[in-house]
Amino acid sequence: MAEYHTREHDVLVIGAGGAGLRAAIEAAARGASVGLVCKSLLGKAHTVMAEGGVAAALANVDDRDNWKVHFADTMRGGQYVNNWRMAELHAQEAPDRVNELERWGAVFDRTADGRILQRNFGGHRYPRLAHVGDRTGLEMIRTLQDHAIHLGIVVYMEHTITALLKDGDRIAGAFGYDRERGYLCVFAAPAIVLATGGVGRAYTITSNSWEYTGDGHALAYHAGADLMDLEFVQFHPTGMVWPPSVRGILVTEGVRGEGGVLLNKDGRRFLFDDIPENYRAQTADNEEEGWRYTQGDKNARRPPELLTRDHVARAIMREVRAGRGSPHGGVYLDIAWIAKRLPKAAEHIKKKLPSMYHQFKQLAGIDITKEPMEVGPTTHYLMGGIRVDGDTQMSTVPGLFAAGECAAGLHGANRLGGNSLSDLLVFGKRAGEQAAAFANAQPASLVPDKEVEAAAEQLLAPFQRDDGGEGPYRIQHELQGLMQDKVGIVRRESEMVEALAGIERLIARAANVGVTGNREYNPGWHTAVDLSSMLTCAEAITRSALTREESRGGHFRDDHPDKRVEFGTFNILCRRGNDGHMAVVRQPIPEMRADLKRIVEENA
Amino acid sequence: MPEATFRIWRGDRQGGALTDYTTPIVPGMVVLDAIHAIQAEQANDLAVRWNCKAGKCGSCSAEINGEPKLMCMTRMSDLPLSFPVTVEPMRAFPPVRDLVTDVSWNFEAKKGIPRFKPRTPDAPDGTFRMQQDDIERVQEFRKCIECFLCQDVCHVLREHHEHARFAGPRLLVYAAALEMHPLDVEDRTEDLKRLHGIGYCNITKCCTNVCPENIAITDNAIIPLKERVADRFYDPLGRLFHVLQW
Repeated sequence: MAEYHTREHDVLVIGAGGAGLRAAIEAAARGASVGLVCKSLLGKAHTVMAEGGVAAALANVDDRDNWKVHFADTMRGGQYVNNWRMAELHAQEAPDRVNELERWGAVFDRTADGRILQRNFGGHRYPRLAHVGDRTGLEMIRTLQDHAIHLGIVVYMEHTITALLKDGDRIAGAFGYDRERGYLCVFAAPAIVLATGGVGRAYTITSNSWEYTGDGHALAYHAGADLMDLEFVQFHPTGMVWPPSVRGILVTEGVRGEGGVLLNKDGRRFLFDDIPENYRAQTADNEEEGWRYTQGDKNARRPPELLTRDHVARAIMREVRAGRGSPHGGVYLDIAWIAKRLPKAAEHIKKKLPSMYHQFKQLAGIDITKEPMEVGPTTHYLMGGIRVDGDTQMSTVPGLFAAGECAAGLHGANRLGGNSLSDLLVFGKRAGEQAAAFANAQPASLVPDKEVEAAAEQLLAPFQRDDGGEGPYRIQHELQGLMQDKVGIVRRESEMVEALAGIERLIARAANVGVTGNREYNPGWHTAVDLSSMLTCAEAITRSALTREESRGGHFRDDHPDKRVEFGTFNILCRRGNDGHMAVVRQPIPEMRADLKRIVEENA
Repeated sequence: MPEATFRIWRGDRQGGALTDYTTPIVPGMVVLDAIHAIQAEQANDLAVRWNCKAGKCGSCSAEINGEPKLMCMTRMSDLPLSFPVTVEPMRAFPPVRDLVTDVSWNFEAKKGIPRFKPRTPDAPDGTFRMQQDDIERVQEFRKCIECFLCQDVCHVLREHHEHARFAGPRLLVYAAALEMHPLDVEDRTEDLKRLHGIGYCNITKCCTNVCPENIAITDNAIIPLKERVADRFYDPLGRLFHVLQW
């Protein structure tokens, strides 16, 4: 039997981005003993990369805004397959969560009368995103981190969880290892909150860092929880495309919110050419009106650059495929043009978009106050995730909760920009609160030795194969290529069938992966561990995408280009069958409450 | 395809040595890309911390040709390639493995600085009012990505190992962000003198020079804090006023 340390907590939170930190804070505030596990150092999680802002109907800039409009915007953006209860709670509670951050020391940009400033963003009817230049995520994670360190939360930095442990049907703890030293550890806890983010790393071109390998999804799946909506992957329309080493790095939607326009190689604003029917009434039909909107004219409608991300990403793809793209396979995003409209435009751009200025200047040698950027779609976010109850955030496994990107429901088929940071706060808090209450009501659970033994054996197996096994990097690389080419932004059945066969072959190869070196900070070993989560998610994404024979939100089928009414009535679940294989289930969406239906109609 | 040779420190807590690797250079490449290429093809177990690859998370700090830098923001085209590029871990912190160091002291020391304590809300709904002009100084400090390059280069920590008595530039910036926050009502002046050793800083500005976020650490954070300490403890009139006030 391998040696391991055991730590005991009431609530174990896995993942220390915005959702994990907020959950840990809430559970600790309610008296629970909390452990917080993260793969990186504290404060480095992907929340730090969030740029544009946090969506909350504070109505500081436009007093017509309120939670109902935010709710309707979120449902429309998600094409009505969202969990409407989550969308309701999110819209109602986001303002309190943002104000709470200010009480904890966050310093948002201000309106002229000293309140929190809000900016325009895609799919939001009114200026709604509280922000700090284009580094809102840093402000948020640092505020939460600096608040959390004084609450007695035990933080396990650079630890990876590889298995959840159960006592009968309910959660009993988790098994993992310390990445720095390679020590094995067992965390005994009656309640666990998964807050592990997404799975962008399964694609070649992504805005996500190495951490986003779908660990929470895979842990939950193997523990018997349902995954939902995994076909809905968000490809953010504007990632960097040049130079090659920065391909995929995010360019905030805030650039468009501040008046930036998308142009093809002929200098045409191609988004005016294709405005979807359900947004036509809200969208400007000329450039002048679009500009006035970005400058705060309440009577103007938003420019088509601020349509939802799924639509803008596909429009960019179409231009590139039609041969109207930029030299490196993207299109142009131009903010420099506002010099024609604003005095001191260069200073304005540097003030509003400092990190974009910095990023392009340093990594691409481009001055965005003078030249256009080259941008193209990048894998950014997974709308789908662990299926949870809308009120409690608990999965179908008692004691297992999920919040943030790794949970499904709020965003439906497409997430609006800014709704992620608010999601983290609203549902992080709710998950922490519920997990603490759940733990409090449970008798002590027993961590079964047998499960620990099996998990340890699996974790250490790659070292037994140090001579014969294949290295993990090649398999990871092939998986990324496969998902990028065959389960990407435009999908068709034949390619996805090939992808599925390819994934199955990679799963077989991954089972024989070998690593060299020892257990201390060994990235080869870490990658071998992450690989198994990525493969589980890749399979679920592909199976779900094959099942959804229509196009909706982030999921676009070349062979089924239209939206189909019957597909709007259910979510697609992936669940581990008794035979160990992945089963796909169609789960009917409960009918929306009458009062919420009315809100949707009133805000059409 | 052009190539570059990297001289990378490989080792662990016990010690180590520089090892040479050669890898192809593609346009736009940064040092972190080269490290990853070497890791994928030649040394699967080469340890390196990184996350965002865009200068926003502050994970990939190292010493490149002896200069403290973020590997993700150092372009190969800015380095002379006629001789090997040395890449070493931050030397002010204990080594863990290869380019990874033990930076846990920074996290522990931060807990010793009293947290944000806001004044009573300005509006009945519990919200506050602040003018943009009044928060800009604090927003500069809050740009910090906690890469700890300033701690790495600070001679009080690096040469004199005064970790027990001196918080270092990063944490002084953190303290400044709290002290100059328009809503904060906590008083950290005495702690800055007695616990965080602000007097150890002799304003050589090494920290400011290496900050990837271009925070004017010395001028805008440390010197104003030093002035507060001086006003409180070394100005006779100020001391008298302080005594009478309490």
